[in-house]
Amino acid sequence: MEPIVSVRDVRRTFGDVVALDGVSLDVHPGEIVGLLGPNGAGKTTLLSLINGLRKPDSGTVRLFGGDPRRASSRFGLGTTPQETGLPATLKVGEVIDFVGGHYSDPMGRDELLDRFDLRDLVTRQTGGLSGGQKRRLAVALSLVGRPSLVLLDEPTTGLDVEGRRALWQALRDYHAEGSTIILTSHYLEEVEALAERVVVVGSGRILADDRLGQVLAHVNARRVSLCTGAAETDLAALPTVTAVQTDGDRAHLLVSDSDAFVRGLVASGTEFSGLEVRGASLEEAFLSLTGTAGMPETEEVAA
Amino acid sequence: MSTATAPAPIGATPRPGPSLPSLVLLHAKFSVLETIRIPIAVVGNLLFPTLAMVFFVVPNATVADNPVFATAAVGQLAMFSVMSTFLFTFGSGVAEDRALPFDGYVRTLPAGVAPRMLGRVLAGCLFALVSLVPLGVVGALLTAATAPPATVVLAALMVLVVGLPFLMLGLAIGYRMSSKAAIAVVQAVLFPLAFAGGLFLPAEMFPAWLNAFSQALPSRAGRDLLIQVLTGQEAYSLALPVLIAWGLVFTALAVLAYRRDEGRRFN
Repeated sequence: MEPIVSVRDVRRTFGDVVALDGVSLDVHPGEIVGLLGPNGAGKTTLLSLINGLRKPDSGTVRLFGGDPRRASSRFGLGTTPQETGLPATLKVGEVIDFVGGHYSDPMGRDELLDRFDLRDLVTRQTGGLSGGQKRRLAVALSLVGRPSLVLLDEPTTGLDVEGRRALWQALRDYHAEGSTIILTSHYLEEVEALAERVVVVGSGRILADDRLGQVLAHVNARRVSLCTGAAETDLAALPTVTAVQTDGDRAHLLVSDSDAFVRGLVASGTEFSGLEVRGASLEEAFLSLTGTAGMPETEEVAA
Repeated sequence: MSTATAPAPIGATPRPGPSLPSLVLLHAKFSVLETIRIPIAVVGNLLFPTLAMVFFVVPNATVADNPVFATAAVGQLAMFSVMSTFLFTFGSGVAEDRALPFDGYVRTLPAGVAPRMLGRVLAGCLFALVSLVPLGVVGALLTAATAPPATVVLAALMVLVVGLPFLMLGLAIGYRMSSKAAIAVVQAVLFPLAFAGGLFLPAEMFPAWLNAFSQALPSRAGRDLLIQVLTGQEAYSLALPVLIAWGLVFTALAVLAYRRDEGRRFN
């Protein structure tokens, strides 16, 4: 199947800052992909290459097989403005009509507003909307053209729990109609609620690219450190250990179930002291995995 | 362009979008709506040339009672009005829009630079023409200014054409500067150019040196070409070349400013 989005060996810098380095990513029709990573990881830059706002320093980006910087490649693309960037003096309906006017078969005002529960606001100026309403309108605008690919950058940032749930449902409904969605988030919860495939981005690289369940297993990892004379291979054989790094006689391990690990460690009779167990942050989980255990940087999902 | 022939998610088959003219109209409408929602911007622009007419031309019997002088005075202020509309819409207007995140969003819509630019030009022309209406009415009713209807229509088109260099200058300023700087620069450019171009005081009253200097300015060249259409009074022979030369310079500056901005923000 032809990918809708194809990013190949892309590198992009801003001055001295390397925003993306050697990034490759294919997204196929019908997928819903979460780009997960801390702020500054390169998620937004990656989206701006896919939506044609920027071009890579090297490497290629294809959208529906064409150059995303050409307007004709973007008929099937829906993106979202930052909620602070809506034209304040225009009415909600006018903004929708303006965006819809770029497409041959746009969603009507009513259909769109119903999806996002904004029907009553059609004659309000966008400057008078609450933050949550602006956020919902901004996401709604991404669907006006009935796009087959929707790009969402932090779609629910700033929404309350209820607003977030409602927005997620609207996006799930739209995805169920056959569209493809790529969203960025630094909330694991958001990615968990929406995405089937998760791409973890950190420091401009893709750290992991896997099914949601696999990624969650990594993310729920614990970091264990202990002083021991045992060999790395012996430690790696202990229950649920996914990564081992030694630093003198101190070993750092990443385990997916710390309780099972500790039981196994004691039962194995391995000499140890100074045992520490703590939660690993999302970033840490992936950075340490890629940095030490040689986990494949990109685990291509079978296409 | 190869097509994504996947089991058809909605919109996946690339279809021709709306035609260029309809996209231009769409962007023009958007631009007009944005502008008229801030009425002071429209009213101020609409009234200034008309007020200048009422206060400086109408009470001055030598000008107001002479059909040729009075018609020329309307022409001068019309020139000023268009200059000011173009410089403000394209100078500070573009600079303000560039500062809005919505501009980045609009760039991701399936429309190239042409609809955005032409739509803005269309809206600017519309506002420029609207600002000429009260000016023409005051001139016709309160002074001896007169011209056949066909000439008025021709002059209205002419004033837009001679205004083009200022449209380009506006774009050059708008794409080069922040919105605060753009307003200041537009004002600093507009009033000296208007005065030295003979748009407030008739150039016929200038001392010889100022007259010579004036003839090298786009505002003077545009004014004289416009007045030629209105009253038949011949423009000086270099008026057209001078206007075209400035037009080319300002266009080059506008293109450079646009590319630089594009490169800085979107490359």
